Amino acid sequence: MSTLALYSPVPSVLHRTPAGLKLAALAALSVLLFAVPQLPVASIALAAVVVLALAGARLTPRQLLAQLRPVWLWLAGLLVFHAIVTDLATGALAVIRLATLVLAAAVVTATSRVAELVAVIEWVCAPLRLLGVRPARIGLAIAMTLRFIPLIAERAERIREAQAARGATRPLFLSLVPLLVQVLQLAHTTAEALDARGADDEAPPRALWRRG
Amino acid sequence: MARPWRRAAARPAEETAVRPRTAVELVDVSHTYGERTVLRDVSLVLAEHRVGVIGSNGSGKSTFARLLNGLVVPTSGRVLVDGLDTAADLRAVRRRVGFVFQDPDAQIVHPTVAEDVAFGLHNQRVPAAERAERVAEVLARYGLAGHADHPAHLLSGGQKQLLAIAGVLVMRPARVVFDEPTTLLDLANRRRVARVIEELEQDVVVVTHDLDLLTGFDRVLVVEDGRVVADGAPGETVDWYVARMT
Repeated sequence: MSTLALYSPVPSVLHRTPAGLKLAALAALSVLLFAVPQLPVASIALAAVVVLALAGARLTPRQLLAQLRPVWLWLAGLLVFHAIVTDLATGALAVIRLATLVLAAAVVTATSRVAELVAVIEWVCAPLRLLGVRPARIGLAIAMTLRFIPLIAERAERIREAQAARGATRPLFLSLVPLLVQVLQLAHTTAEALDARGADDEAPPRALWRRG
Repeated sequence: MARPWRRAAARPAEETAVRPRTAVELVDVSHTYGERTVLRDVSLVLAEHRVGVIGSNGSGKSTFARLLNGLVVPTSGRVLVDGLDTAADLRAVRRRVGFVFQDPDAQIVHPTVAEDVAFGLHNQRVPAAERAERVAEVLARYGLAGHADHPAHLLSGGQKQLLAIAGVLVMRPARVVFDEPTTLLDLANRRRVARVIEELEQDVVVVTHDLDLLTGFDRVLVVEDGRVVADGAPGETVDWYVARMT
């Protein structure tokens, strides 16, 4: 299971909890961890999040570790940096704080469907209608980002394989041009698909200053 | 071999006494991209249940397909779906005519299977309870019920194409246009998609290079250099096309 495909279909208490409440709790936890910069508080928060993930969301330890894998180098670097520049305790606090937030975010995404998260974001953005912004568009953009990141990563891998198969030993960044071409083609067809599936059905709201 | 041609096909809209249930009419349609003309003076009525469109690469058949639900609006002439002009009644036309693309990856816009199928219904403001019911029904019909909460990018190529088709059919269009739906599929999945098309109640227009797909179709058009050069029953039209290509 990739990091961006975390949603766990195993039912749990947290799956039944409204996505808005989970996002609000995540925001509150973020504020708490930075407002109270104390190692015991951060440690308790980390322990609570781990218990919540295992018991409340019914995630496996392996799934939790998979979430930390992409950031472990950053965490290690942060610890070393603080150990040199400040002190080890400050480094530990920074690392625990970051790990707690990564795991808490993982719990939210594992127990909430993207559509639920998008609905909350659209609700939060609803006042932007007064400025002529379509909240549904913001929600769609977020959903599409989550959808297309693994797809584009897959296409990049195919280009890299195609280049390797033809003996290319060029650095990875030289794959960017063919990838960009593919992404632009994909974007064009996706735009057509969005039109064909009625994404433009909603009339754009009129900004406050344009209303008669 | 004589070129197949249906005389009735080129009849202009004004002369059509009784419009068929879900007829699509092209009246003197031409389309250009910049300097390049991709369709020239096409006039025909599509009223059959299953219509195939074949032709070589760059012949204009994909543009032809895109005209049918207003993805492309003709540079000159008119395209009418049940009398609705694609240039003037775009949203109504798109509700009537679904479109399935060659590459399902470009068509799937949500991260998980059920959410993607629900996308079109969400756009149509279908209430949540009905949305869930219709999504479950269409996923079950296409063998995707067990994948409802799975990430779309982890599906096989055939499953992705079925998901793309499910995402269109859940919107219950009267007619579905397929643009090379089997090109990226293996043999088993080609047969599966062919069976799905065969069983559809909706009228279909299928643009394809897969000539086997057209078995049992009511009518096949051959597009060449932006013109419909042959038009008739699949037996004679496909044979004529194959003889011309070899």
